[in-house]
Amino acid sequence: MKYSYYPGCTLKNKAKDLDRYARTCAEVLGFELEEIENWQCCGGVYPLGNDEIATKLSSVRVLNDAKEKGQELVTVCSACYHVVKRVNDDMKHVDDIRTRANNYMNLSEPYSGETNVLHYLEVLRDKIGFDKLKEKVTNPLTGKKIGAYYGCLLLRPGKVMAFDNPENPKIMEDFIRALGAEPVVYPYRNECCGGYISLKEKEMAKSMCDTITESAKGFGADMLITACPLCMYNLNKAQKETLPVYYFTELLAEALGVKEEAEKK
Amino acid sequence: MSHRNYSEKIKEISGVNPYKCMKCGKCSATCPSYNEMDIKPHQFVSYVLNEDIEALADSKSLWKCLSCFACVERCPRDVKPGKLIDAARQIVVRERGGDYLSADEIPELLDEELPQQLLVSAFRRYKR
Repeated sequence: MKYSYYPGCTLKNKAKDLDRYARTCAEVLGFELEEIENWQCCGGVYPLGNDEIATKLSSVRVLNDAKEKGQELVTVCSACYHVVKRVNDDMKHVDDIRTRANNYMNLSEPYSGETNVLHYLEVLRDKIGFDKLKEKVTNPLTGKKIGAYYGCLLLRPGKVMAFDNPENPKIMEDFIRALGAEPVVYPYRNECCGGYISLKEKEMAKSMCDTITESAKGFGADMLITACPLCMYNLNKAQKETLPVYYFTELLAEALGVKEEAEKK
Repeated sequence: MSHRNYSEKIKEISGVNPYKCMKCGKCSATCPSYNEMDIKPHQFVSYVLNEDIEALADSKSLWKCLSCFACVERCPRDVKPGKLIDAARQIVVRERGGDYLSADEIPELLDEELPQQLLVSAFRRYKR
């Protein structure tokens, strides 16, 4: 199976690990990520204003590119997933945004939200299947107690993201189980890490992340996993209780026995 | 622009109908930035209804909202307080030159691990 792939800005820079483990694991699991050519940054935050069109166009371009190839669109970064999926929902359901965006784009055929946007974890759950993933694990992460950190971007607003139950998600816990490790469910797993507040108000972000890591540690987690480079950055700045934070793709590569191979890339 | 017009503009940009709010306070109860906000999420709705635009424009809450959508997700009346706060912020950056971040500030805010995502997100949120 071949998917259009939108890595996004950070996966080409500070979060190269998130990207290269994802690509290597895709090969092992039998799907192909075909990177979209000349993609542009999604902007990191979904433009909330109903009259904001220009800031939504980078997402429309990648969505349309995938549509022209007849492929579903895969992202790994939580922020890219959030922005592109919400813009896609606008293109599908909001007449004014669809009309004005298409006027800008001047495509041969208007884009109306045809592309299906998938997060890498959804590919594992819905396309590969966690049972099949489990069969492919050669190096089960037995004994590791892992807290899934969802944050906000993957889950909310639940009706649009339709990723999992926004208040009681389980996709990452099921993923952890498939790798042979033990998921630790803790209350702050879907609380925001502070996001962009950490640029100017570092203490505020630290205090929010302290709450998250204290919660995870209190429930017995040895480590956290995330899909978001900004969550990772912020969680690593927590001070009171620190926990190692990994990209979910790194643990996937470890369990599939291709971590070293991926690191050579 | 008059205060009435600004209030209408906030409703237009956000698409929010503040009359739907029943003042249950769930948005404020769930907001991770609550302690940092001078005008709380549930109060925002009243400020827009009362056309108290100066107070909204000066509020530090505009820069404390994380766009985490906890309030939007949990509002039993689908009022979307986060969208209202964002619309007020947009009025400030679009029409009053009230950027909260300038490129000159960036060098001293950087560190070795800081992801690009943080810079693009902050610029989108803090600057016209």
